Amino acid sequence: MSRKPRVALFVTCLVDMFRPSVGFASVALLTEAGCEVEVPAAQTCCGQPAYNSGDRETAKRLARSVIAAFEGYDYVVGPSGSCMGTLVKDYPAMFEGEPAWAARARALAAKSHEITSFLVDVMGFTPTDMKFAGAVTYHDSCSGLRGLGVQAQPRKLLGAVEGLELKEMKDPDVCCGFGGTFCVKYPDISAKMAGDKAANIAATGAGTILAGDLGCLMNMAGKLSREGKPVKARHVVEVLAGMADGPAIGEARE
Amino acid sequence: MTAHEPTSRLFKENVKAAMADQNLQKAMKNAGEGFVGKRRVAAGGVPEFDQIRDAARDLKNHVLGHLDLYLARYEEKVTAAGGHVHWAETAEDMRRIVLDICRSVDAKTVNKGKTMISEEAGINDWLEQNGIRPVETDLGEYIIQLRGEAPSHIIAPAIHVTSDEVEALFRERHTHLPADRNLSELSSMLSEARTILRQKYFEAEVGITGANMLIAETGQSIIVTNEGNGDLSQSLPKVHIVLASLEKIVPTMEDAATVLRVLARSATGQDMSVYTTLSSGPRRAEDPDGPEQYHVILLDNGRTEMVGTEFQEMLRCIRCGACMNHCPVYQAVGGHAYGWVYPGPMGAVLTPSLIGVEEGGMLPNASTFCGRCEAVCPMRIPLPKMMRHWREREFERNLSPKAARYGLKFWAAFAERPALYRLATRAAVFALGLMGRKRGRFAKLPLAGGWTAQRDFPAPEGGTFMAAWARAQKVKGGR
Repeated sequence: MSRKPRVALFVTCLVDMFRPSVGFASVALLTEAGCEVEVPAAQTCCGQPAYNSGDRETAKRLARSVIAAFEGYDYVVGPSGSCMGTLVKDYPAMFEGEPAWAARARALAAKSHEITSFLVDVMGFTPTDMKFAGAVTYHDSCSGLRGLGVQAQPRKLLGAVEGLELKEMKDPDVCCGFGGTFCVKYPDISAKMAGDKAANIAATGAGTILAGDLGCLMNMAGKLSREGKPVKARHVVEVLAGMADGPAIGEARE
Repeated sequence: MTAHEPTSRLFKENVKAAMADQNLQKAMKNAGEGFVGKRRVAAGGVPEFDQIRDAARDLKNHVLGHLDLYLARYEEKVTAAGGHVHWAETAEDMRRIVLDICRSVDAKTVNKGKTMISEEAGINDWLEQNGIRPVETDLGEYIIQLRGEAPSHIIAPAIHVTSDEVEALFRERHTHLPADRNLSELSSMLSEARTILRQKYFEAEVGITGANMLIAETGQSIIVTNEGNGDLSQSLPKVHIVLASLEKIVPTMEDAATVLRVLARSATGQDMSVYTTLSSGPRRAEDPDGPEQYHVILLDNGRTEMVGTEFQEMLRCIRCGACMNHCPVYQAVGGHAYGWVYPGPMGAVLTPSLIGVEEGGMLPNASTFCGRCEAVCPMRIPLPKMMRHWREREFERNLSPKAARYGLKFWAAFAERPALYRLATRAAVFALGLMGRKRGRFAKLPLAGGWTAQRDFPAPEGGTFMAAWARAQKVKGGR
């Protein structure tokens, strides 16, 4: 290859605010995979909360800023199937009837990827010398799974981690109940779904629940801890980057 | 609950009641998983299943572009066979036509096969108000008729009822039978219902069924059932009335076969339903039996207004119920919470179309957009996308809740200004961090009471990524 691909990290608002370590783990993994990583400073949010709330105009304004800030890179990669799904699937649909922006949206969509699928499908990356002692279970977040086809890739990467045992839960592909604004609008249904998910996680006996989306992880972690189930929740890139030593999501500092 | 008094607007209250209903929760838990596993096996057993889905989708798209043509052809064929086609623009029209036909033969009892259009038009209540007794002959429909309820699922109407409840119901209502009879097995309850319903078949003057499809080429209608009750309901009485909505039309028998190949597999996970029954009109001279009169009432009720809009694709729906079987929200609250005839994802899209977004607008909001419904829909209807369209219409018309609108505006004001956003997120994370970092989570949090009532809220790790990254770059640059 003549030069390293220039990858813009789409940090996502939740990672920015709640778990910066996921951002650093993403940078580490992308760098190890042979990318030159940059973090465009103009980024805020992909606009999905507005889009899913029916506020198409606000969503489009945010989408235009994201397109402008990110279209100059070879790839756009983010640690979330949900946010990246917005870039890949929703932006082109949002600008139907506006040819110029639609073209830019499609061009951005074509080079935007969820991180585990980017590492496997685009970079052909396999982690080396990575260790994790213990059993984990993996939750397939909805947008990544059904929107972007992310399912085999994180499992393939985890399969290369020495000492890690993957114990599949019942219904790994069923929504955890987070759903963005859904958990605010319908907290009771959301909590019921989180409860079903927590039970399936706990039934595996795995000590750690991994997933590729921080929203789902915060939801699952919050339910697991409320129910006194001793399962740690982490973003999958923390394990893949060997950065799973600190407190897990929602875990007290030592 | 009747079809005429929707409670969709009270969805939140309905949800609370549903979640506190132990019997409902037990029934949903027992029933929910069977459908999912069976569908997976049935779909997996046909290598070209996804291609058939594509063909079924394309077929229905074609039909929706030529509804007038195929419906006219269908009417010609029915008329030629000696039947009558009635056009009902509204539910009220359908009720009136049904009553006129029943009165013309002085009907006292009407036997009914399963039909959701009857629910949509509120036929049962209407007949009762006019002194005619409707008797549901589908087992599930029979159970909920005894309970005075509407269906909670479009193909498994009594899915919300536990077998213990059915046993108690039968003991309470079938008082002519010995009190000490054994009803511990599902099969014993089934045969009891069957025996009772057998006698009723001979009493009715009119039989009403629905239609899974109408075939333009032949003028036939098709129903699929597993109990055979539809056959008896329609062939024994003097008059057979078919209730159907316009979009059930398909051009040819072969097209019908395409839809049948995905219908039962998606619905119950069967390759085919036990009975696939074609009705071709009234009894002909050479027929050994059959109805003297054959009527088809076609309901519009707002459907033609959906053609050409962003909701047109909903008219591909073949009412298999796969979307609700796979919907975690439906599974958590059951069908009655949706407050009208059609529950689950298909109901969340269709209800606002048919009874208005003011009444039904809560439903398309009750979704995580997990996408499981679209993934299993045999007709590839983009259900989440259409739910979002409803949210957009609500937003445009200022119908979405004020708090949500203000919240969104407040958030957008920052998200559209990166520099301001940086400051605000740093401040928010700092404050949250001070409050909760040590324990790592919040058991209670202002403005997040809905979340923290049943879950902890994880505290932020500390600082924002963007600030930390900027610092790291500076250090790197300075070196």
